[in-house]
Amino acid sequence: MDNKIKMKADNLNFYYGDFHALHEISLDFKKNEVTALIGPSGCGKSTLLRCLNRMNDLIPYSRVEGSVLLEGEDIYDPNVDVVTLRRHVGMVFQKPNPFPKSIFENVAYGMRVNGVRDKSYLVNQVEKSLKQAALWEEVKDRLDESALGLSGGQQQRLCIARALAVEPEVVLMDEPASALDPIATQKIEELIHQLKELYTIIIVTHNMQQAARVSDVTAFFYIGKLIEVDQTETIFTKPKLQQTSDYITGRFG
Amino acid sequence: MTIRFQTQLDKLKRRMLTVGAMVEERVRMALRAVEERDAELALKVIESDKEIDHNEVEVEEECLKILALYQPVAVDLRFLTAVIKINNDLERIGDEAVNIAERVVFFAKQPPVPVPVDYSEMGEKTQAMLKSSLDSLVNMDVDLAYKICLKDDEVDDMNRDIFEKITESIKSQPDRTDYLIHLLSVSRHLERIADHATNIAEEVIYLIEGEISRHLFKKEGDPDATSDS
Repeated sequence: MDNKIKMKADNLNFYYGDFHALHEISLDFKKNEVTALIGPSGCGKSTLLRCLNRMNDLIPYSRVEGSVLLEGEDIYDPNVDVVTLRRHVGMVFQKPNPFPKSIFENVAYGMRVNGVRDKSYLVNQVEKSLKQAALWEEVKDRLDESALGLSGGQQQRLCIARALAVEPEVVLMDEPASALDPIATQKIEELIHQLKELYTIIIVTHNMQQAARVSDVTAFFYIGKLIEVDQTETIFTKPKLQQTSDYITGRFG
Repeated sequence: MTIRFQTQLDKLKRRMLTVGAMVEERVRMALRAVEERDAELALKVIESDKEIDHNEVEVEEECLKILALYQPVAVDLRFLTAVIKINNDLERIGDEAVNIAERVVFFAKQPPVPVPVDYSEMGEKTQAMLKSSLDSLVNMDVDLAYKICLKDDEVDDMNRDIFEKITESIKSQPDRTDYLIHLLSVSRHLERIADHATNIAEEVIYLIEGEISRHLFKKEGDPDATSDS
């Protein structure tokens, strides 16, 4: 596999019971790039995202055909440990979901669960992750306070710090800013731009303008199929397909 | 606004000013070619127009990209609109410099005609207007922009004056009519350059004040004024 590619969906099909939700998706995700998945509701973009770290395994009667490769290895191989996979491919959800614990414990949790006991390592990692998530300055003097006391935007950055603390390679984001106000959204978007220096980021968003602002590559989905994928500046200035153009100009969807 | 967006805008501004400097240089070269009847210098101006055209396309594509990706509003939107228009005016100025150079290629092959027409003052005024229009953009100087719009009348007057002098010369030297018509064209091209510099100044006023002030500065009953400067 081309060593610029971090993850790859290869002829991926996904079924919720009998419902064929994803049709032969083949898509590369390059290292240190932000890929945005866009499309109208029900097009399969969140389904695809959840395939990338096997969150869909939790859904009964679901079935995968085809493969998803992380650095050339198929994550659906029976030998793969799903918990380890989800450390390497982290996820941030739409609604901030901090644990009802202190700010420090939220970020340390993943590491503790993975067996880390060294206190100074935990302290350093928590600080590093909160700095990467651009939250450190705001919380450094109250790490023992409950995470539930933070604002929505801060909670979301905490969730990002939590995902980063276990040193993933890929960060999946499912509409990370849709529950946030404009200033908090802008902070998250700036953050995504900084994070791609270190991680590969795949983001699902309903907000096309956001996709235009934050991503390097945009993939447009419709009814479970990948319609067009290209450099973001091409998709938003001269998309190749009429259907893509109709969607991004708001003529449908 | 985000750092990324600001960086894109700064890059675009610098790019525009580079094109502006290129165009100023071409106008300078073309006018020197007129003064010195230097066909070789004129040919350099003509050949280098490709570079300006290429840059014009790139600047416009960059503007479209920024509009699509960052959805700017208010002053940022006006800035991009102004850049697209100013970019176009600069390219047209480049074309007028080429037009002047093409006249020189003709002159240089002919014996000169003693005509009481000296382009140095008109050339200096036009170049000063062009430089000031770009300065007004760089420094966001609306007062300077307004001053340029008023100077356009002086260049129009000089154009009319030259028209009269050359008309007289054609009457007294009808065998040199073709030379004299080419000479008159130089005046016309300089007057167009000054018009484009005025356009640039009007765009700067729009950018700063948010008001479209085009067509504020035309004189009534001007026989030489075109309907759209």
